[in-house]
Formats: sequence, structure tokens, C-alpha cells
Amino acid sequence: MKETTIAVEMREATKMFGAFVANDKINLQVRRGEILAILGENGAGKSTLMNMLYGLYSLTSGSILVDGKKVVFASPADAIAHGIGMVHQHFMLVKPFTVIQNIILGSETTKGYGALDYKKAKEKIVALSQRYKLNIDPDATINQISVGMQQKVEILKALFRNANTLILDEPTAVLTPQEIQELGKIMKSLTAEGKSVIFISHKLKEIKELADKCTVIRKGKVIETVSVADTSIKEMARLMVGRAVLLNVDKGEKPKTQEELLKITKLCVRNEKNLLAVDHLDLTIYKGEILGLAGIDGNGQDELVKAITGLKPIESGQVEKEGKRITGDTPKEIYRSGIGHIPSDRQKHGLVLDFSVQNNMVLEIYNSKNFSHRFILQKGKIKSFAKRLIKSFDVRPTDENKLARDLSGGNQQKVILAREIDASPDLLIACQPTRGLDVGAIEYIQKSLLDHKKNGKTVFLVSLELDEVLALSDRIAVIHAGKIVGIVDAEDADRNQIGLMMSGGF
Amino acid sequence: MVFLRKFKNMVENNPKLFPFISILIGLVSGGVVLLISGYNPFEAYRIILWGIFGKISYFSYTIVKSTPIILTGLSVTFAFRTGLFNIGAEGQFIMGTIVAAIFGSLFQMPFYLHIPFIILLTIIITGIFGAVIGFLKANYGVHEVISSIMMNWIALYLRNYFVRLSWLAKPNSEQTKSIFDSAVITFFDNFKMSKEGILWLSGHPICKGILRAPTNAGIFIAILAVIFVYFILNKTTLGYRLKAVGFNSDSARFGGIDVNKSFVTSMFISGALAGLAGALQVMAVSHNISILSMMEGYGFDGIAVALIGGCSAVGNLWAGLFFGALKYGGTKLQPLMGAPFEIINIVMGVIVFFVAMPKIIPFIFSIFEKKGEKNVR
Amino acid sequence: MLDNVALILGTTFMYATPLVYSALAGVVSEKSGVINLGLEGMMVIGAFIGATCGFYFGSPFLAFVCAGIAGGLMGLLHAVACVSFSANQVISGVALNFIGPGLALFLSRIFFNGATTTPSISLTNKMPRVLSGLFPESSFFYYIFDNMYATTYIALFFVILIWYVFNKTVIGLRLIAVGEHPVAAQTVGINVVKIRYCAVTISGVLAGFGGASLSLAIVSNFRPTLVSGQGFIALAAMIFGKWKPFGALWACLLFGFAQALVIFLGQFHQLHLPMDLLSMLPYVLTIVILIYFVGKAVAPSADGIPFEKEQKI
Repeated sequence: MKETTIAVEMREATKMFGAFVANDKINLQVRRGEILAILGENGAGKSTLMNMLYGLYSLTSGSILVDGKKVVFASPADAIAHGIGMVHQHFMLVKPFTVIQNIILGSETTKGYGALDYKKAKEKIVALSQRYKLNIDPDATINQISVGMQQKVEILKALFRNANTLILDEPTAVLTPQEIQELGKIMKSLTAEGKSVIFISHKLKEIKELADKCTVIRKGKVIETVSVADTSIKEMARLMVGRAVLLNVDKGEKPKTQEELLKITKLCVRNEKNLLAVDHLDLTIYKGEILGLAGIDGNGQDELVKAITGLKPIESGQVEKEGKRITGDTPKEIYRSGIGHIPSDRQKHGLVLDFSVQNNMVLEIYNSKNFSHRFILQKGKIKSFAKRLIKSFDVRPTDENKLARDLSGGNQQKVILAREIDASPDLLIACQPTRGLDVGAIEYIQKSLLDHKKNGKTVFLVSLELDEVLALSDRIAVIHAGKIVGIVDAEDADRNQIGLMMSGGF
Repeated sequence: MVFLRKFKNMVENNPKLFPFISILIGLVSGGVVLLISGYNPFEAYRIILWGIFGKISYFSYTIVKSTPIILTGLSVTFAFRTGLFNIGAEGQFIMGTIVAAIFGSLFQMPFYLHIPFIILLTIIITGIFGAVIGFLKANYGVHEVISSIMMNWIALYLRNYFVRLSWLAKPNSEQTKSIFDSAVITFFDNFKMSKEGILWLSGHPICKGILRAPTNAGIFIAILAVIFVYFILNKTTLGYRLKAVGFNSDSARFGGIDVNKSFVTSMFISGALAGLAGALQVMAVSHNISILSMMEGYGFDGIAVALIGGCSAVGNLWAGLFFGALKYGGTKLQPLMGAPFEIINIVMGVIVFFVAMPKIIPFIFSIFEKKGEKNVR
Repeated sequence: MLDNVALILGTTFMYATPLVYSALAGVVSEKSGVINLGLEGMMVIGAFIGATCGFYFGSPFLAFVCAGIAGGLMGLLHAVACVSFSANQVISGVALNFIGPGLALFLSRIFFNGATTTPSISLTNKMPRVLSGLFPESSFFYYIFDNMYATTYIALFFVILIWYVFNKTVIGLRLIAVGEHPVAAQTVGINVVKIRYCAVTISGVLAGFGGASLSLAIVSNFRPTLVSGQGFIALAAMIFGKWKPFGALWACLLFGFAQALVIFLGQFHQLHLPMDLLSMLPYVLTIVILIYFVGKAVAPSADGIPFEKEQKI
């Protein structure tokens, strides 16, 4: 049974950052007991919209109504007071704090005179956790619990503050298929109590499964609000992008022979906390294939890639490329042996943001013979090299002197892609290559990776997006707790089976 | 108002002008402090200006005063560009004074050997002294701010230790023996003190003015150092490497750059620059070293110089001359109008304070604009 | 022998006291996410205002409070720059280290006829030695406590107070959250700006106390060489103490102990110890300790990062 009163409404909501219009006169409504999906590409303005609704951003113009009454949120405290809760895509959790501490932060239970009362808080949290079947350990610190668990803590945080409307920003991005199903159940149990859920996504399948209604946003404007039951996935995709989208890519032939290119044996790598993040891992990558690595964030992907590329010390075990040991080599030696790397965090690892585009283009080869002569940089040669890459990889703007910082995310990624692919490495390790990009850029980058394979080279694709791994790979390896728990052929891969393997149940 | 708006647009579109705005604010703030304390700020700044340009000898002194802080400023700048904050320029400066005092007073050589010899030793020894800070950071994660502060004190006590050593000390004093003439870089040092020198100079007032100060070759070495730093940072693969580490050490490591080695290299060069400042100070001005009871502040002044100079080599030269001029011109305040010399430090502090927050400049303009609007209404 | 131990302990506390205040000042500021490199400048102002007010007012405690207020104003300045205008926190701290001593000496010359050393406070108007006369002369405790000024006990009180606030109270929980993950704190309705302003200002107050504990207790006037780098050493103690109040206390005591040892050994002229080399001990010790005993990554996650209210999340 669904109530029909409108819980939250935004009217003509507009947000400008300087001259840039992030949201342009947006109207949306969510009713009690309803799940509303906000669909849009990366950069369409979904998060900005929700941050206004949650009081993090002020509205440039327009208004917000809660239960039919006009409200103004000066800060999240106001939004919370009006029963709005939000789970951000990047969790807003204080890592060294316990679950309790995180949940009560800002709405603390006290014994009076400002002293904290953890006991009272714990009772309430445990009760809420049982009511919605969240099964959390209130005394664990955030550092110790899984990503899925952290999300539940975030949901509890909102419920602890008596949220009636819950905003979930890209909630499924880091979850396994099973965890997504579980999240769906939680959402249903919330709406069954008359609460409303707004969830932001660009994943059509999930919207189809979970939402009642869907508001599509493109370039900061509402395109349409549709009833999910009556709209096909294809139609929603068209609304989102503004043109017909190929939902499947042609990944080409898989290699005919199985020739070893990279062989990893019994590899152990420690993480920052000095725990074994990669634990006696064995994996072989064959020439000419795209090998996808599926897994939940934090299961050792990062450490594995860093160990292969020489960025992290190897505790024990071996990495061999075409029979030659590269274990313990420096990043430079490994690069020269023909291994390229697109890092998962382009701004933190891939680019020097305060360098110009041309300087970024030669990050690994600035002191090669081509670009330096007796310790002097050959700026003219660097410039013409950068110009060529900018042209052939369609980087915009086409100014090699622009700082990398001033480029859009998609173009920053293209700079890295250009640099890595131009070196024509035997093995290209691509980590999350399309994260946070719009559809156009995603298509371009996926095509570039497939082209690299077509040229007889090999790609090792590490991604948290299972769909991407499924779409591009010839074989899929699944990593869990620092071990490869299974390798399947892409042709007979089953989403649910891989999901199970990712969460360690197989 | 039209003027203000034009000025605002000009400044906001050109971040390179920010330091000048900061300097303006610093000078105005100094004026306000003077005013509150009952001094006429215009008179004070007139005196300072006169103290810099009023006589040839004053200008000479200004250059002499600026030389060491241009170099310590360069030292701080160089480390900054590699992402390191070298508070240790002070200690490296002290090490430079020790090296020059020891090797200047122990041997006698022809000056064309002696001077390069001391400079080379200074670069090696103070470079290593600086590199220790980089090494500690690279290998043990000791924050450079902390280790360099400790190194400053170690250098200070080391200097006092040497000054008290019998083979180095001037008997019955808290100073070392003077360095030999062959290690002195002061221009016409003996000549101007000699009878015929005094006689000749009295007939040539301009030369007398110039030589009244311990005018020396240091400024030329400092300018060479500016060119050297500019060249390294902007034209070489070493500069590329160090800057990449300074902007983003993770990406630099990703690109195959040895970040730890870069820390050590950068601190070696940074230390050598500050050490050079110390050695030149001994070779040009003091000719010996004495017991220190507190830091002299050359390294700390260098931090201000580097920041005001926008951490560029050439900017350093101007900022060093500016600070040197204020410091020397400021010494005239006390005798002529009784205003405390320390106003200069307050002015410098305020300048650095505003350099730290470029975001305040649009804010200041917006205040003026609002006031202007009110007035119009 | 035991007397010597007691004597060394007494000297240890004496040297550690100003450091404890300033290290706590560092802890409070950095736990909220603002690096405070201006401790030195704040201490100098505190020492000067303490000595001056002590001289004019005659009440050491009133002077102590005035020093705290003066340090607090410096802290406020730092907060304006770092919190409201997203300043580079390190550079702002450097600026304060110019402004603090500059202002102190400037004012000293104006108040005291051009002198940079303030007139001495009479013995009766100095900080009292609370336990003086309680223990029989030449007993073990006599050597430790007889010469100990009230400022030392107040410092210890602040250590406990700040520990309690951090670990047991709402304010502490919020302050630490702001230093670890300011955006997260903001999303649960915490006013990050307000908390950082308060923390940095309180940091200034504590550093001001630290300065005054020099000029009102250990000596009885202000002079240019009085603080000479102790603000920086306090900073090292804060890091060595892993940004924790008790950690900072132990670090300061260790440093004080090294100083006390230097002074103690210096008495024995017949040993012919090179005093200058011996004087390096505390500094060398600090480096050695940082090398061997301090792990990385214990600083608050958002330490040094400016917070902007509408930053892209």
C-alpha cells in the first residue's frame, strides 16, 4: 500500500558555480513510500542536485518543499532536522572512529554537561540495526569493516537521525550483485514503513529493478520523469545520453593460442597497515588477450597492480614477463620492459596536475634520448611530440601548454591514455579506466583498449565495475582477500556466479 | 570607482601581481602600527627610503645586506619546488660560516685558489649537512621541518664548539682568528684602510661611498646562483624531476622517478646554497666567527624572501633586495625618530601573512566595492 | 646520588613546562586539521605580555591570563587566514613567527624606553612555588617540588583536561572528526569553520601560556633570547607524542630531561666535557627518537588541508 502525499519536492532548483550552471531549473517530486531514481551521466549534475537537497550547497534560485512546506537549508543540520538523510558515494565516515562514534557524530547522546553517553547510543543503534536487519557490529572501527558494511553504517546514520527521506548517491558502485540485492531489500523495507528513497545512478539495470519512478537529468536539466515499469532500458539510455547508445561493445576475437606474457607466482604484498593485501596470488596473463580482474574494492587489486609495476615492495613471490624475472625492479625498469599502466586515480597518480599537458605526456620518458640531451630538456621536441598525441587522441583543448589541472576528467584520462598507448607496451594495465567519465569518453577509452588488443598487445583490465569487466574481457579473474578465487571465460560467465566469488562465497 | 574596478580586474586576472598587493598591505599595516604608536608613518618611510638611497654608501650597504638573504631565499625556494620546507637554511648558513672560518684561517694560498677552494668545500660540506634532512625524510619519514629545526641547533652549538677550540680561537676572545687575506672577497679591503687608500678615496667621493660598506664580490656570486637555480629548475631533466616530485610525489613515483633520491638531491643543493651564503658572509663581511647565543635569522629571513619572491629564482633576487633594503634602511629609524627597528619584521610578517592567502585579495576588493556602492547611494 | 636524581627530575619539569603548553597548543590545533607552525611567535608574544603585565599589575595569575589572551589573538589571526581564507597554513605560521617577535620587541621598546629586555618582576610577584617549604630541606621531594612553580601544575592540569575533552566529550569527538574528515563532519551538521576557529584560537591561548610560563616563572622578565626556538621544539614533541596530549607530555618531559642532564653534567668541570657538544644532546636525541620510535601516518588525515564549504565532493 502506497501513500500518495508528496514527501519532498524541488521547484526550479538552480545552482551556479561562478558562471557555470550545474543545475538549471530542476523540478522533482518524491512521494511517501516511493523509490525515485535520478538517472544521468557522470557530470550531468545529479550529485550537485542532491547536495542542495541535503543543505551542503545553497540554491542559487528555486525552492525546496518538505511535506508541502517551503524550507531553506543553510546547512545539513537543517536538512537533517527536516528528516532528510544522505548516503554519499564516497562514504562520509571517519576511519579511525568506531561505528557508534560515526553514527552519533553530530547528534550525540550525552549524560548532560557535554560528556558522551555511548551506552545509550549503543542501545538505540542495536535496536535500529535489528529492525532493518543490518547486522552491524557497533564497536568495530571503520578501518576494520567491509565496504558493504560501511554503507549500512551510513544508512544507519540517517535512520539514527530519524530520516524520512533517504538519498543514496551511486549506492551500488562498489557492491557485489548479492550486496545490491540485499540493498534492494533494505530499500523496500524502508518504503514499507512510509519512508521515501531517492537514489542516484547511471546504471539502467538497477534502476529498472529497484525504482518506481525515474527522473532523467542531462547537462543540468530535467529531460523527463518516467514510470520505470512502463519504460524500457533502451529508452532510458536514450533519454540519458540524448542519442541511441550501444549497450554492448564488439570485443573482437579472443587470442587463438595461450602464450604466457606475464606470470605471477605466490605473490605476497603488504598494505599500509602492514597486512598481507596480496596473499600468495597466482595469475597468468596470456599474449593478445584482455584479462579482466573483478573484485570488490580493497581486496588487493591496488597492491597487486602496484607490485607488478614496481610501485610497492614485494614481500615474496615472483613476477615474470616472458620468462624474465621483473620482481623487485624499479618502476622505470618495468616500464622499459614493456609494461604500461593507467592508474586508478588519474589525479593522484597519473598526472602532475600543475604540469602542462606536454610535460605530462613525457612523464616516463622525459630523460630518454629523444627528449633530453646532456641533462638539458629538449622542449621543442617535447612540444611537437605532445602536439601529435593531442591530435591523434583528440585531447581538448588542443593546447599543449595548458595545465593538466584545467582539463576535464575525460581529457585528463585521454592524456594518460595517449601517453601509455603511444609507448605501445606489450602489456597495458588499465585500472578503472573509465571511472567518473561521461558516455562519450567511456566509449572512446574502451575502444582504445580494444584497439590495443587488436594490435596484438595485451590488456590487464582492473575494474570495480563488473559490467565493464564483462563487456571488454576475454577472460575474467576474480580476486577476493588477496587471492585469485577463480578464472572464467567471458563467454560463459554468469554475473551472479562472479558476484558470489567476489564476496568470497563460492 | 572606475579606477578601482580596472585595478581589480588587472590584479585578479594576473596572480603574479598578488605579491605586490601583499607588499602594499604590509607597508600600510606597518604604517598603521607606527601611527598607533605615535609616530608619523610617512616620516618613517621617508627615513627608510633615505636610508636606502640617500647616500651611495647606504646603497652599498643595502646590497651587502641583501646578498646573504638572496642566497638563503634561493635555498628555501629550491627545496620548496621539490615540495620540501627547508627551515634548516639557518643551520646550513651557520655551517657555511664555520667552513669558511676554518679553511680561511688555517691555510694561506693564492687567492685564486683559496676562494674557489673554500667555496667548493662549503658546497660539499653544507650540501651534505642539508642532504641529511632529505635522507631522514626519505628513509625514515622524519618530517623535514622538525629535523631541520634540530639541525639548526646542532649547527649553532657546533659553531660555538669550534670557536672555543684553541687552535682556531683568537686568544682571550670569543671569536676565531681572522681569515687570511687570500680568502677575503671584500673589494680593496686592505687598500681602503691604508694611508694612501684613505688619501685617494678622499679625492674620489663616489668610490669612497661605494667602498664605505664592506662592498664585496658576494652579490655577483649570488646572481650567478640565481641564474644557476633558474637554469636547473626550468631547463634540465633534474629540474623536471624535482618539480614533478614537488607537485605530486605519487605521480612522480608512478613516472619512474626516484622520489627518495630527489629529496636528498634537492636538499643537497638547497643546503649548499644556504651554506654559500654563510661562507660569503665570513669571507666578505665578518672575516671571522664568534659565539652565537641565538639564531641570527638569515635562514628565517630567507623563508620570507622565498615566499615573497613567489618561489622563483628571479623573484628571489628582487625580494632579497627588497628585504635587505628594508632591513638596512630600517636601522635608521631608531636613531633618527626613535621608532623601533622591529617594525620592519612586522611589515615582513604581514607581507608573508598575506602572501599565504591569495584568496583574501578578491575579498578585500569586494569590501571596497561595497563601500563604494554605499557611497554612491 | 638520590638527591641528584631528584635535582635532575626537578630541572626536567622546569624545562618541560613551557614545552608542554605549546605542544598541547599544537595538538589542539592540528587535531582540528590546522597546522600551527606559528607556535614560536605566539609563545614570544605570550612571554612578552606576561612579563609586561606581571610588571605593571603585580599579579602573576592576571599576567598569565593576559598572556593567554594575547596568544589567543595571534591564534585568531592564524584562524582567519587558515579557516576563512584557505591560506597555506605553513606559510601563515611562518608569518606569525615574524609578526610575534617583531611586535613583542617593538612594543617592548615603546613601553620600556627602547629596551628589548623588560624590567624584572619582583620575586614576590612571580608565579608562586606552590609546594615550597612543604618538604624538609635536602630531602628527595624537596629537590623535586620545592622549586616547582604553579605553572607546572597548571600545565599538567591542561594535559588531563584536554585528554578528557578529546576522549570523553561531544566537543572532542567533533573536533577530531573535523580534523580527520571535515566533509563528513559537515554532512552531519557540524560547523567545521566554528570548530576550527575555536581550536586554533585555544591553541594560541595555550602557546601564550607557554611563553608566560617562561617569563613569569623560569625567569622574571622578557628578553629577545628567551623563547629561542622552543615553539619549534614543542612542535617536534607534538609529533613525537603522536598528536596525543599524554604523548606530548612524555615527549616534553624527555626533552626536558635531556636539558636537565646537560646542565647536571655541566657542573662537573673536572670531567672536561665539551659543553657545546653536550648541548646538542636534546636535539640529537629528538632526531634519533623520530628515526627509531615514531611510525608514519598518525597525523590527523585532514591536517593542513583547507576546508571550503561548497567544495566539490
